Amino acid sequence: MLLLVALLAQSSVPFERIVNADQQPGNWLTYSRTYQGQRYSPLKELTPKNAAGLKVKWAYQFRDGNNQVSPIVVDQVMYLSGPNSAVALDTRTGSKYWSWSRPVPTDYQSIGFGRTNRGVAVLDDLVYVATLDCYLVALDAKSGKERWSVKAADYKLGYSFTVAPLAINGKIVVGTSGGEAGVRGFIDAYDAKTGQRAWRFETIPGPGQPGHETWLNDAWKTGGGSTWVTGAYDPQLNLLYWGIGNPGPDWNGDVRPGDNLYTCSFVALDGNTGQLRWHFQFTPHDVHDWDAAHVPILFDATVRGRPRKLIANANRNAFYYVLDRETGEFLSGKPYVKQTWAKGLDDRGRPIVIPGSEPTAEGSLVFPSLNGATIWYSPAYSPATGLYYVAAREKSSLYFKREADYKPGTFFAGGGEQDLDPNEEWGAIRALDATTGEQRWQFKLITPPWAGVMATAGGLVFSGTNEGNFFALDAATGQPAWDFQTGSRITANPISFLVNGQQRVAIAADRVLYVFGL
Amino acid sequence: MLSNNMPYRPIVPLVLALLSAVTLLAQESEGRRIFEAQCALCHGQQGGGGRGPSLVKPTLTKAPDAPSLEKLISEGIPPEMPGAWQLSPNEVKRLAVFVRSLGQLPSETVPGDPAHGRDLYRRQACASCHIVAGQGSGFGPELSAIGARRNAAFLREALLSPSAALPEGFLMVEAVPRQGAKVTGIRVGEDPFTIQIIDAAGGFHSFRLADLQPLNKLPKRSPMPAYAKLPPADLTDLVAYLASLKGTR
Repeated sequence: MLLLVALLAQSSVPFERIVNADQQPGNWLTYSRTYQGQRYSPLKELTPKNAAGLKVKWAYQFRDGNNQVSPIVVDQVMYLSGPNSAVALDTRTGSKYWSWSRPVPTDYQSIGFGRTNRGVAVLDDLVYVATLDCYLVALDAKSGKERWSVKAADYKLGYSFTVAPLAINGKIVVGTSGGEAGVRGFIDAYDAKTGQRAWRFETIPGPGQPGHETWLNDAWKTGGGSTWVTGAYDPQLNLLYWGIGNPGPDWNGDVRPGDNLYTCSFVALDGNTGQLRWHFQFTPHDVHDWDAAHVPILFDATVRGRPRKLIANANRNAFYYVLDRETGEFLSGKPYVKQTWAKGLDDRGRPIVIPGSEPTAEGSLVFPSLNGATIWYSPAYSPATGLYYVAAREKSSLYFKREADYKPGTFFAGGGEQDLDPNEEWGAIRALDATTGEQRWQFKLITPPWAGVMATAGGLVFSGTNEGNFFALDAATGQPAWDFQTGSRITANPISFLVNGQQRVAIAADRVLYVFGL
Repeated sequence: MLSNNMPYRPIVPLVLALLSAVTLLAQESEGRRIFEAQCALCHGQQGGGGRGPSLVKPTLTKAPDAPSLEKLISEGIPPEMPGAWQLSPNEVKRLAVFVRSLGQLPSETVPGDPAHGRDLYRRQACASCHIVAGQGSGFGPELSAIGARRNAAFLREALLSPSAALPEGFLMVEAVPRQGAKVTGIRVGEDPFTIQIIDAAGGFHSFRLADLQPLNKLPKRSPMPAYAKLPPADLTDLVAYLASLKGTR
């Protein structure tokens, strides 16, 4: 009987197992390891003292390049994904158990982003992958065979799935890309067993819905508000937190006067119904493409004199925000990267925009650049240090405003940027006091990064560079502890797990996934 | 209105030339509009690059002529660059005209004697640091197509004051190892943990930053001597030679 229970436990990932992920720190069961979005591993074997001994244990070569995947690890099996593909590997050796793929339609176009996929979700005995042509596919965890698949949107209109789905109680949540194609964004939840759609939250409210008054005429129909980065979840509150992308057209706001809700916002949705509980808009009427497509970080701390449930975000618009995650109340916010578009935030967190910072026909110079002060890749939070770690981008751009004609399935951008002198841009891993946003330390990077950050209980912070370095810093001081040249630009998030009781760290670098250990 | 006493014949080619220039300009302007809407998100609003490569180049390696560029625009470069299925063949043509105009310098008449300039290039030992058409040494930037990328005024400035006309991303550095001799040279690679340098003798050096005193970066410095003492006529000829280097073999 005991053996049977143990086997059952091994073969399946019920919802409760993800809720209690901290009880099994050797696994990485969901996108950010836990629902709190912290990308923090409780593993302690690797420390600033011994990290210098890290070596490659094995590597896996993907079919496609530019991988952004964050692996999932369940009971010695690693699940990876690429565009319209997935694979299950033995975490001890990298040997393959199964692989799955379905063709990308020949007329598929990715409008405004590369062909990529950020990972799978697991729940019970299924593995969930979202495809470029907007299917959510459920695979048998043991064989990789398709159990069901459901079409969520029409890729010919510019919708596309690059997101890692999020598995919550009986439901699989996905979001869409397409913010440069004039889509009307959504967050969908599907029944995990059957693929039936349980609910849809439209990120651009239609006529009669609250928030619709922030749009003029028909602008809402092509209003953007993509949802391409995996959210966080609070199982106690049963609230799902998700970041919403830019309004469309991106750089020409003339056709869409108003705040353009719920673009560039965090929304809190009821997990059962998808009903909006609260929203907080970081960048009202955005004209710089500063998506709030970020992983929200949930943590608890005392702010303004009382213990609170918090949600934090270092935003693409260069401000770091702390909100109350029960109510959405703004608690604090301050810049963490150079910015020249806002004088600051008012006492409700609304930016005080500097006139003349919007795009113009001739080009207007603004910090940060189009890709922002940070972007889709994950930040991390360590409960051990109380610090929020973010890969920060120091860069400006010339922003241009152009005509925007909507033509389904093509760019609906209304302008864009021109890069300036590459010698003037740089990056850093920054450690911020999570409750105040005060910078504690930084580790400088040569160029603005494209890789996420992971923190560990052993006192390390892992991340990667455009120059191919995968590295570990002392989480308390930012001093480098170890680095490895992977041979290609890193555009993915690190994870950590156990193999036979020994700590491993994994990162995708272009076409190769590396796994390191002592 | 044509004046009666003007000879008829020379007018025809003139009008034709004007018409074709106007047509080209109109195509360029229509092409620019398409570029800004459909291409600039990756290639930059001025074509100078971003997520996609810069297109401000005299010759695009993947599409060196108009037909190959039109084909590339229509079909894209999977998986990264979408094909322009939504554009009509005429729109693709106009877009290609605009893209090809991005890297073209305005035509100019460069004074001087390029043949004498080439002789000076040899006598001044420029080839000890630069490659032209496969000849020379690669310490400095290759000059085989420099005349297609830079105008005469820039080339003159680069000869008189090299540090005022550095290539993009060019940086001199001085590395002082905690043990061993100082190395000065051109940065050829850098990441947060290491630096790679080529010295004037062509020697490669690679250091871990932890093994160095803090790295000394020397912005706006060039190892190239200034040719300010060259007789003005020689300078003009040398510029004429460099301006004649268009990369054609």
